[in-house]
Amino acid sequence: MAHSAAESSSSSTVVKVHPLPVRVTHWINVAAIFMMVASGWRIYDASPLFSFRFPPDITLGGWLAGALQWHFAAMWLLIINGLIYVGYGVFSGHYRRSFLPISPSSLLQAFADAVHGRLSHDVGEYNPAQRTAYLGIIALMALVVLSGIVMWKPTQFQALGALMGDYPGARLVHFVCMAAIVLFAVIHVVMVMLVPRTFVPMWTGRARKPR
Amino acid sequence: MKYGSGIDAKPLECSGREIRFLERRLLLKGALSVGALSLLSGCNITDEETVHKVLWDMSRWNDRVQMALFDPKRLAPTYAESDIARPFPFNAYYREDEAPIVDGDRYRLELSGLIRDRRPWSLAELNALPQATQITRHVCVEGWSAIGKWSGVPFRTFLERIGADMNAKYVGFKCADDYYTSIDMASALHPQTQLTLRFADRTLPRSYGFPMKLRIPTKLGFKNPKHIMAIYVTNMYPGGYWEDKGYNWFAGL
Repeated sequence: MAHSAAESSSSSTVVKVHPLPVRVTHWINVAAIFMMVASGWRIYDASPLFSFRFPPDITLGGWLAGALQWHFAAMWLLIINGLIYVGYGVFSGHYRRSFLPISPSSLLQAFADAVHGRLSHDVGEYNPAQRTAYLGIIALMALVVLSGIVMWKPTQFQALGALMGDYPGARLVHFVCMAAIVLFAVIHVVMVMLVPRTFVPMWTGRARKPR
Repeated sequence: MKYGSGIDAKPLECSGREIRFLERRLLLKGALSVGALSLLSGCNITDEETVHKVLWDMSRWNDRVQMALFDPKRLAPTYAESDIARPFPFNAYYREDEAPIVDGDRYRLELSGLIRDRRPWSLAELNALPQATQITRHVCVEGWSAIGKWSGVPFRTFLERIGADMNAKYVGFKCADDYYTSIDMASALHPQTQLTLRFADRTLPRSYGFPMKLRIPTKLGFKNPKHIMAIYVTNMYPGGYWEDKGYNWFAGL
């Protein structure tokens, strides 16, 4: 029945790609980031850092206090889910298998390929551009959490805060990380739309691989 | 097909095509739950009460986490005179010219609750107590912050002088502008928590809370009540003006 890993037909095989913990944490992360960004925009609007506000209709929480409640509730989901994901990635060998090796020359090649729109997509394997992007987003998520912790507790975590320029510096870091994460998400979704056969495997864990 | 799913033609035989069909349905379900999530941003959620309750419960949980994170000995960062924001921003839920006017000569700070000596205090008596000065960052819940210079009586000194029950849970404040708030005893006893009588070496101006405010650099701005008329010590959760509307109660920094 459905439980065998490979199912053959004349032109392709079905292979296992994304492991279950990666799929589960990925979709929980989507929900958590959605809540954090949408409520964060509402909090931003209470005292904008720059000369613009986010339209209230695309924010979460209704008003400042509601947005803060969402933000400081969803942060637990984001952090716990993120720790489970990173813990799994490190201890299962998933990171070692999927992200390594990563070399500067392969990066340059991937960048040139991306610019010229000829990124390869081999089922079950990340190309160098993907490896960089996925490692980058993990680093960004770590930084957005750390800067958020400094903003939340600038006195209790003042040693960490000193690295970011105190409370106002952490606020700027937090905003820049958010912008980069949203940019990543937009590119990520566009790439999936360009290569739609990558979407279903992110739910099922199985992909069709040409012979 | 009279009833049921679309795959009852050969129930015992699952072909790859049918599995993929099932997968598509699962995928659709997943996409729907993501879609449902996006509805939370609007007001048309069916179970708004439940969401509301979960968010309030999480805020209470965060109070406990913050109490555990709070180090009673760790001082808020202090700054140089040159860092002081000028002019220091005015902030309240009313305009600056609507700030309450309190007569300093007739002012008497009222005390109640778990306090041994509850006689009222005049401004002259408060000024006669030991004084301290701090240059610290005021962090507003809105996100902005500003560095200011505040002088007054260390709150711990005052609580000791009036014989407050240091084992009580809360200290509450009632203000001339009908504002009210409360803090935990551990934060009240923090060395930088201050009954402030002066701002930038001058008598505390009306805009900043004349005749007296609480300066507590280990908490957000709304936990720094201005125009304090009464202080009480209690074990019953007193809440606060903004806290009752949804701001987190502990609000520690």
